[in-house]
Amino acid sequence: MSAFPDRTRSMHRAATSLVLVAAAYEGIARSGYFPAALLPTLPAVGRALVEGVLDGSLPGHAVSTLYRVLLGMALAVVFGLPLGILMGRFRPIEGFFLPLASALMPIPSLAWVPVFILWFGLGNATAIGIVFYAALFPMLLNAWSGVRSVNPLWLRAGSAMGADERSLFWKVIVPGASPFIITGLRQAFLRAWIAVVGAEMLAASDWGLGWVIFDAKEFLKTDVMLAALAVIGLIGFVFERLVFGTLERATVLRWGMVREANG
Amino acid sequence: MPHIEVRDVSLTYDTPAGRVAGVERASFDIEQSEFLCLVGPSGCGKSTLLNIIAGFLAPTSGEIRIGGQAVTGRGTDRGIVFQDFAQLFPWRTALRNVAFGLEMKGVPNPEREKIALEQLRLVKLEKFADAYPHHLSGGMQQRVAIARALAYNPAVLLMDEPFAALDALTRDDMQRLLEDVWRETRKTVVYVTHNVAEAVYLADRVVVMTPHPGKVKAQVPIRLARPRDPLSVEFLDYQKELLRHLGDRAAKPDGA
Repeated sequence: MSAFPDRTRSMHRAATSLVLVAAAYEGIARSGYFPAALLPTLPAVGRALVEGVLDGSLPGHAVSTLYRVLLGMALAVVFGLPLGILMGRFRPIEGFFLPLASALMPIPSLAWVPVFILWFGLGNATAIGIVFYAALFPMLLNAWSGVRSVNPLWLRAGSAMGADERSLFWKVIVPGASPFIITGLRQAFLRAWIAVVGAEMLAASDWGLGWVIFDAKEFLKTDVMLAALAVIGLIGFVFERLVFGTLERATVLRWGMVREANG
Repeated sequence: MPHIEVRDVSLTYDTPAGRVAGVERASFDIEQSEFLCLVGPSGCGKSTLLNIIAGFLAPTSGEIRIGGQAVTGRGTDRGIVFQDFAQLFPWRTALRNVAFGLEMKGVPNPEREKIALEQLRLVKLEKFADAYPHHLSGGMQQRVAIARALAYNPAVLLMDEPFAALDALTRDDMQRLLEDVWRETRKTVVYVTHNVAEAVYLADRVVVMTPHPGKVKAQVPIRLARPRDPLSVEFLDYQKELLRHLGDRAAKPDGA
């Protein structure tokens, strides 16, 4: 296994694409075709970022956004994961919940924001509710698909060795469905992260990265908006690569249930 | 009393084309510690019959008795090994795969892993205890599967073409290993194969099945001293006899 040179090469590739795109942006920003107030240079954005970080405002906003995402997502996992697994295992449960999921899933989570504001008021409850809604379906559907894709031989072998329904569930079905469950967590986080920023723009009163962008627009502080966007992107990237990447390497990749990603 | 009694077992399937007999009135006995091979071409019902003995399928009529008790479903008095390498749990190491049945029995951990390691030693894989299945070759995975099926000490070992997906050289090694394991553990083995040479090498007795409908055609005791020489005249004569029972549809002598 030559994982290390591969990792280095993939970091090189990622850095190359980022640097090229950044250089193109800087070129356009400095060309003078567009007003600097609308298209600030990267150093200006960097300054806004450093100032925001040093005065503690950006970390504060990031913490409240993360709090909403993680709480909403935890709720989505607590409900979606067991329900999806039960749907995959038991036909009547599938028959009852699948039509519901199919009907609710296509509704964009942000379309619920005005309704949630009326129900829960402006603030955390609405944002967490939206995150929950956005993250629930990817979690649910992936868990459901994962259980349906469990190799029937594992169930046969497990029950031949004396596993009862409870042991089959915890020791065969859940690990057997793990590649899908991890994909579900990933997609749920991504959807949650997208939804929370939107929800904060519409429903948060004065905290959160979405709110920072919305508020900066009022004062034409494009550099602050872009700085907040960079933080949003960075946190998303860190979660995707570090949290979910590590989870994948420690489980399904180690077990040979999925192949190594390239890039 | 025979260890396993197969009594008038039939299984019919309902298909769009009507009722099809998968197994029709199969009857035979299997003695304690006997190595019995079920041989026949695909579609003869040999795997179906094995699945009925395992308790995965219920016969339409007739019954199976093990130690005098009628089989009503799965039970840990039987261990089973399938053909597909994917039968192992990919998320468990070889050792923890083998320990699964003991875990289900409630055997506590230091003892559980000790027994599992002994089983791995039996199939000569103790060095690979901590390897995950995807790092093992097909033959090694099947050896883990054998150790796993024996670990919780069932009286009967059921095997459904366990070496059919292996290359010929590995298969020969595996047959020798299985013979050793059987001699050491004295399990009653029911082994399904379409490979006539494999049946003559392994079996005390061969039950020949023919398809459409799946029926027991003949029972042939193999009276050769072990370990057997696959190139001896007597060995080849047994193969010819089995092939004669199977008729034109049978596999070639080398099982290819």
